[in-house]
Amino acid sequence: MDLFLQQVLNGLTLGSIYGLVALGLTLVYGILHVPNFAHGALYMVGAYICYFTMVELGLNYWFAIAAAAIVVAALSVICERLVFHPLRHAPPIHDKIAAIGILLFLEAVVQMHWGADFRRIPTPYNEILRLGDLTLPAQRLLIIVGAFSLMGVLHLYLKKTMTGATIVAMAQNREGAFLVGIDANRVAMMTFAIAGALAAVAAGLFAPINLVYPAMGHLVLLKAFVIIILGGMGSIPGAIIGGLIIGFSEALGGFYVSSTYKDVIAFVLLVVILSIKPTGLFTKGVR
Amino acid sequence: MNRAIDFFLGSTMRWLLLGLAIVFPLVTSSEYHIYVMALAFIWAIAVYGMNIITGYCGQLNLAHGGFFAIGAYVVAILTVDHGWPFWPAFLAAGLFGAVFGFFVGIVSLRLKEHYFAIFTLCVGYIIYLMIDKWEALTHGSLGIINIAPPEGFGLIDFTQTVPFYYLVLAFLALAIWLSRRISESLLGRTFRAIRISDDLAQSLGINLMRNKILAFVISTVYAALAGGLYAGVVRFIGPEEANFIHTFDMIAYLLVGGIGTLMGPLLGTLIITWLTQAVQSLEEYRMIVFGPMLVLLVIFFPRGLVGSFLGWRGRRLARQAPRAARQAKVDTADDDGVETQGARNNA
Repeated sequence: MDLFLQQVLNGLTLGSIYGLVALGLTLVYGILHVPNFAHGALYMVGAYICYFTMVELGLNYWFAIAAAAIVVAALSVICERLVFHPLRHAPPIHDKIAAIGILLFLEAVVQMHWGADFRRIPTPYNEILRLGDLTLPAQRLLIIVGAFSLMGVLHLYLKKTMTGATIVAMAQNREGAFLVGIDANRVAMMTFAIAGALAAVAAGLFAPINLVYPAMGHLVLLKAFVIIILGGMGSIPGAIIGGLIIGFSEALGGFYVSSTYKDVIAFVLLVVILSIKPTGLFTKGVR
Repeated sequence: MNRAIDFFLGSTMRWLLLGLAIVFPLVTSSEYHIYVMALAFIWAIAVYGMNIITGYCGQLNLAHGGFFAIGAYVVAILTVDHGWPFWPAFLAAGLFGAVFGFFVGIVSLRLKEHYFAIFTLCVGYIIYLMIDKWEALTHGSLGIINIAPPEGFGLIDFTQTVPFYYLVLAFLALAIWLSRRISESLLGRTFRAIRISDDLAQSLGINLMRNKILAFVISTVYAALAGGLYAGVVRFIGPEEANFIHTFDMIAYLLVGGIGTLMGPLLGTLIITWLTQAVQSLEEYRMIVFGPMLVLLVIFFPRGLVGSFLGWRGRRLARQAPRAARQAKVDTADDDGVETQGARNNA
């Protein structure tokens, strides 16, 4: 039973990270209807900025995460301005290819500067909390609390502020949003900035219990895609629930079924679900 | 001028290219160059496959590199672990590519656009993970060495670079010929109709699913056979063959040459391969150049070299048409200048 609870905690950790990454992806999809293949690279760049500020500059962990969030948000906005904005009327295949181009470019640049080696970010919180027989490293607790409070902040931002409401409005009905005078450029830039910052924070939180390397974004990106297909492309609660589903199934599957194939579980889940219901689990209708 | 342009598009040009490819090993002194050319031809075959599903049919298949790897692994496993000769293993690679492609196609082609691209991206990753983790079958991350080379006929020995080059060239010619036959047939037009609009194609009575699956299976057979040839020449393969990067390389080749055109895939593959060769240091960091290049291409030059050339020719012909018409009219009557002016403006 304790082992089971331990896996549930692991699943919660994984799920909250995946959820953060998937949230950014789903927000961007909601606004532009572009599957942003470069999102994984933004996550990776976020981890490297953290590494740079914390290990190479020797600054505080929280400062490193904030720096990563700002830099990656700026990078994300630049991508929107230079690439996705000019392609907004192009056939859908074009922006997918352009996104892949950004992904390849960012990876190559990072690899050129830092090399392909695996790197580690030390966690500033080494304590291990004990709840009965459960052990919980402080960093994992930090991930769970950090991720969910960020989700809460995002929720408040989207529901309670005017700029947040414009994002929701545009995701719900593009033409309607234009009719009431919402500036599409501003909303697109805001969305990309938020998505980039979420990816960077997710990377910064997860990096101390994981490794940092140029290809680290691939698997996370693919799982984030699985999540938003599960949760419905463009749906915010769907991304969070989907993230938890994938996180739990990976933690439990990796423990009870096979740890070698734990990365395959998410994809098998996707294949099975899309075979049965080609539009995803929680979607209301096909666009 | 027009005759010169038509020459580039006519069959003479294709025969000329084939002739150039045939004399290439005779004029170059370096065996390494022949080897690079043979590898480029192998990739070009796979890119022709991608052109059918992505260029003609409009479905961005991101598992293409995975099917290439599957072809290579079928040949490798059959020849090394089961002692098969190369040719039966090569045929098995094509067959397996078709069967596997059919089953992946049945599931994935029910999805549209983004869902299809994401799904195939995941399929590509599953293929990679399976190759990497299923050690009993694929030798895992160690890879497979000593793959059997293609057996020669009589005096021809395909372990030599030059005979192998001609073998690959023959397959490439076959691949291009078949591509052309498909592209010019009703089937090719059907694929293009699907690319332009699913709904429109369906309203013309086109069976979407059947045609998409057909395009997908043809493309996976191309990829698997190219993979089989690759295993036969490189003779060592590892899970890296299934890496995404190869799919992205192929997309770059396709875009540079011209997506959905006949000679685009060949042109793109050759140009990029030789450019990368010319700057050896680029090999590892080629994506620093490729990435922005892909972005710039889709923004400013989405039809690639061949596509842009065809577009330029089309506009040229359209400009000339009213002029020719006016010429004809001037001959018959002199007083309808206004009308021809209008015709020119419309053009």
